[in-house]
Amino acid sequence: MNVLVFLVPLALFLGLIGLFAFVWALRNGQYEDVKGASHRILSDDDLLK
Amino acid sequence: MMAEDRDFSHFVRGPVDGLLTLDLIFENVDCAACFNDIEEKALALRGVELARVNVTWGRMTVAWREGEASAATVLDHLARCGYRAHPLQAQNAELIERDRTSQLLRCLAVASFAAMNVMLLSVSVWSGNVTDITPETRDFFHWLSALIALPAAAYAGQPFFHSAFMGLRARRVNMDVPISLGILLALGMSVVETALHGEQAYFDSALMLLAFLLLGRVLEQIMRQKTRVAAGNIAALKGRTAHRIQPDGSLIVVPVDVLAPGDEVLVRAGERAPADAVVISGASTLDESVITGETNPRSVSAGSSVHAGSLNFAGQLRLRVLKPGAASLIDDVAALIERAGEARSHYRRLADQASQIYAPMVHTAAAATAIGWIIAGASVHDALMTAISVLIITCPCALALAAPTVQVVAAGRLFRAGVFLNTPEALERLAGINTIVFDKTGTLTLPRPQLLNRSQTPEALLQAAANLCLSSRHPLAVALAACTRGEVLTQAREISGAGVEAFVGAERWRLGSAAFCDIPEGGHREAASASILYVRCGEAFAPLVMDQMLRHDAVATLARLRSEGFAVSILSGDHESAVRPVAAQLSVDDWRAGLKPADKIAALEAMKAAGKRVLMVGDGLNDAPALAAADASLSPMSAVDLAQAQADAVFLGERLAPVAEALSAARHARWLMRENLGLAVVYNAIAAPLAIAGYVTPLIAALAMSGSSILVTLNALRARAPSAGGATSADAPASSLSPSARPGASP
Repeated sequence: MNVLVFLVPLALFLGLIGLFAFVWALRNGQYEDVKGASHRILSDDDLLK
Repeated sequence: MMAEDRDFSHFVRGPVDGLLTLDLIFENVDCAACFNDIEEKALALRGVELARVNVTWGRMTVAWREGEASAATVLDHLARCGYRAHPLQAQNAELIERDRTSQLLRCLAVASFAAMNVMLLSVSVWSGNVTDITPETRDFFHWLSALIALPAAAYAGQPFFHSAFMGLRARRVNMDVPISLGILLALGMSVVETALHGEQAYFDSALMLLAFLLLGRVLEQIMRQKTRVAAGNIAALKGRTAHRIQPDGSLIVVPVDVLAPGDEVLVRAGERAPADAVVISGASTLDESVITGETNPRSVSAGSSVHAGSLNFAGQLRLRVLKPGAASLIDDVAALIERAGEARSHYRRLADQASQIYAPMVHTAAAATAIGWIIAGASVHDALMTAISVLIITCPCALALAAPTVQVVAAGRLFRAGVFLNTPEALERLAGINTIVFDKTGTLTLPRPQLLNRSQTPEALLQAAANLCLSSRHPLAVALAACTRGEVLTQAREISGAGVEAFVGAERWRLGSAAFCDIPEGGHREAASASILYVRCGEAFAPLVMDQMLRHDAVATLARLRSEGFAVSILSGDHESAVRPVAAQLSVDDWRAGLKPADKIAALEAMKAAGKRVLMVGDGLNDAPALAAADASLSPMSAVDLAQAQADAVFLGERLAPVAEALSAARHARWLMRENLGLAVVYNAIAAPLAIAGYVTPLIAALAMSGSSILVTLNALRARAPSAGGATSADAPASSLSPSARPGASP
């Protein structure tokens, strides 16, 4: 069972990365325009450059 | 119209790094995919560095290099591309809501993250407890849980702790007091148990509670933010500007908000007075229907006072501003509103009522449990453990979710139907209504006059009138343009105070007064309130009768309301001769005309004294006190700001059906809220005795709490479907703010 001593904290660490990713996205304004994002993914204007 | 200087400095932000920023809102963009085109067009303009549309809120942010472009060039450029934009100022209240939403979302993220991880550890402990977990491993898991749970709860619990603290300081027990107490006790007891190498810890319960409760808060907050943004958009679309006369005599267009007392403004025919003012020079007739409900115009000349919002019919007026801002009052309307509003502030929300009964009951039960077990001979430790488990399991998870979830779903349904709720308790207040009082002008009738004799008018003349009216700013011509389809005649010119003239081939076309069209006066008058325009093409001529017309679905909506058991009456400030035919057409027996704001309140008070619950639907300044006095109130979007501010909800569009829709949604929502509260009560009735008897383990607490919360949330989703017999709401989407629904187009 000693393996738990580092496996559980490792799992927690991975979870924390997800949490920080979410908080970063929130602060970065990724959720400001959810509706617009669903349309923007269809536009090809970034390919023309 | 582009010739005047416009002053947008009020709206422009910056410069930051040489970039000036402006927020815009579009008046005619309904397709979500158009934003691509708008962004491209805006970026094509020299100096524009950034153009980004926010489709969710229907807004755009533009930034340009200082000196290379200006707000005016950007707006003109977009207008040439076919997108009419209005500058927008993000209001303070909106920014506050935004910060609050993101704070709650962060709390929710932290709480959910922690709850998931702690649950992982807890499940291991639970399954280990019935199999072969070693005490060392269990302690390790418990300490790990504490390590996650304590900081997470300290961060994510802040909204509750803060609110509970504020409540207690005001000597009030709100819902957040039992919540905070439950969470803190659960955590405290778990830490003690962990230190004593106990088998049970409630870390997961505390965090799951937080996550569920935060979910309810987030939903509520997002709805509130949505409403606030929509209100900001509506205000910007109204685009209220004024022509200010500069000291050097030049004209500049400024937003109404920057006017100061003593400023001189010019109001041309077809424009609304931007503020309460006094006439310096000029003479005209004013339509004050939004202020008094009276449809007959009033003549004004030098020295007359003018109320903000009155529509200038004929000549140019030069005004001196007396009192800027939205608060323009008649007949001491402010004092009336204040007195009327007090009565309504006594309303207590369903959830608050529930928590007022709930909190003392739970705390008494917990205390009684502890004392009872000690008397029965249990150790103090065991007795306290049981008492705390009572507090945890009765922590009002389902109860706290019961009302907000329904509210959010129902408000979303109304939002799509074109009804915006101003206050959170609007739904509950609307649900209790059994009597509806309508104002006439602008509420039962459309805000603009309509063409009544379309079918009697020869097609050619009607088309000529439709073309000519586009060249005039006169309110009647603007109204005619709104209900006909014409093409602009480039050769047409407006003769101020008379009409529009154009030469088509060898013929002279004219649209205007009888004298202007060389037609003998009289003989065409239909109703006292009707105004008549004449159109003449060569020898042929026809009268065009313009009058206030009922909203298209007014008859049907009132019939539906009556069939649903509502008593309907009309209280109008207009003349009896104007109200009588409307009442007859709608078959409303109970109507009164010529009422002053105080009379309307008196009438409402009489109804309330007779035990009726009254909904007031009105749009005018004269309705504002009545809107505040009624048990609930609705305003059309075209209403004056002051009336809208008093209303519980605002509806968009030219139809009256949203009134019926709002009422049926509210009733359905209240039914579901009660159902949800009932479910929460049933849950507690089962869970609390188990806890008191000492049978509750962390596993049972987790199952019971999440189960009841999910049940309540699922039940709330039923508010989305229109109740049986409800009208479909799809044909008035909130996003299509048709120009005709707006009062007074901006210059």
